[in-house]
Amino acid sequence: MKKLLVFLLILSTGSVTAQERHFTKSGKISFDATTSTSPEKIAATTNTAICVLEKGSGKSQFSVVLKSFEFANALMQEHFNENYVESHKFPKAEFRGQILQAEKINYQQNAINKVTVKGTMLLHGAQKEIESNGTITIQNGKIILSSTFVLLLKDFGIKIPGIVSDKVAEQVKITLEASLDPLNK
Amino acid sequence: MKKLIGFIFFSLMQVSMYAQDDLLSLVEDSTEGKKDFIKYAFKSPRVINSHSMEFLSPGTMDFRILHRFGTVNNTVKDLFGLDQASMRMGFDFGIRRNLMAGFGRSTFKKELDGFIKFAPIMQSSGPHSFPVTIALVSGITMHTLPWADPAVKNYFTSRLAYYHQVIIGRKWSETLTVQISPTMVHHNIVPFSFQPNDIYSVGFGGRLKLSARVAFTWDYFYVLNGLQENSNTHPLSLGFDIETGGHVFQLHFSNTAGMNERAFISETTGRWDKAEIRFGFNLSRVFQLKKKKGK
Repeated sequence: MKKLLVFLLILSTGSVTAQERHFTKSGKISFDATTSTSPEKIAATTNTAICVLEKGSGKSQFSVVLKSFEFANALMQEHFNENYVESHKFPKAEFRGQILQAEKINYQQNAINKVTVKGTMLLHGAQKEIESNGTITIQNGKIILSSTFVLLLKDFGIKIPGIVSDKVAEQVKITLEASLDPLNK
Repeated sequence: MKKLIGFIFFSLMQVSMYAQDDLLSLVEDSTEGKKDFIKYAFKSPRVINSHSMEFLSPGTMDFRILHRFGTVNNTVKDLFGLDQASMRMGFDFGIRRNLMAGFGRSTFKKELDGFIKFAPIMQSSGPHSFPVTIALVSGITMHTLPWADPAVKNYFTSRLAYYHQVIIGRKWSETLTVQISPTMVHHNIVPFSFQPNDIYSVGFGGRLKLSARVAFTWDYFYVLNGLQENSNTHPLSLGFDIETGGHVFQLHFSNTAGMNERAFISETTGRWDKAEIRFGFNLSRVFQLKKKKGK
């Protein structure tokens, strides 16, 4: 009986080490919706994105509170929250994805690993399968994720009114960077 | 014992299986459980004529152009009042999250006005939240017309009037915002001895959002004293806020031509039941004067 208990205990600890996870609560995400005809830069940044990476399986998930995006222009920030992403209805954007060929990454060796991530983006109540390229940088045991990709606003039901259609880009460039720490849970 | 182990094992399995799918739930959300001030209760710091519970963002300036036309019962000979226009130009500044000030000038009575607006308490959510915003407004108006009787000794202070207001407002939902604003207007001098120098009133204002960019607004003041029988009345304005990206248009119908508190509380003469109402609009354009911090 006791043996069984010990066996179960070993089993459970074993599974924890196999599912080694890293995370941050201070990921940086910026976006840029400026067009060549925009009168001013339409861009914002947040430094409070949450990111979790599971080394073994290559699962990577992001979550960002839309209200936390800071614009240089207060009115732009109001319109972003009130009219475009409607942050009172849909407070967060999330991405749940999978790093392709995650087993090829050697987390012990300092390197910049080019990776492709595939997953589901959730924004404004709409889901969309996306695939993007990025890098996983290993630097003395530290893990830094970074990626740049483009989202189409119409995929997420975010409408740009005709009157500002030449000022706000339909394709929004997203840049993210997250430096991860080990997650002890 | 076996059952117990089975149970522990099963629950462990469950936890780890669930955790594998939802990694984000492993990291608690630090942005939750924080005090958060309610924003965007109105599209603009004014309901229509009166101050709203909303404040300008710090570092911004709201340039406002207000037009009030003639009464619509002038019918087509006056193009329903559009032939006559009175205007006010104003500049409002956001200083702090809960502090703003502004000034303006109306063509009617060539009147200058200025105000300062401060909210000691703002509506918030989360821990230590408060259900309403309480804002205090103090303003001064000065007409610059020639003296009515230049023969007597006239004092500069006779040009002045003051108003003081408490705004208690609540954004009930994304759709509905309402506010009550007890107001006192003090005239340093009144034309007739039977008119009181101090006029007390209570304002009722609100907004019903119809879509992301359009809202229905109402702005009513019940005047408690000093209304002259058959000449003065309570100001009521009904309108729509339309936001077009850079501008907010406030289109409305009103029985008052006044564009500052002194004028619309103590000098409203039009009656809704006699169609003595006017079309008017406020055009608001917000400029970012100072770049926000952290960018």
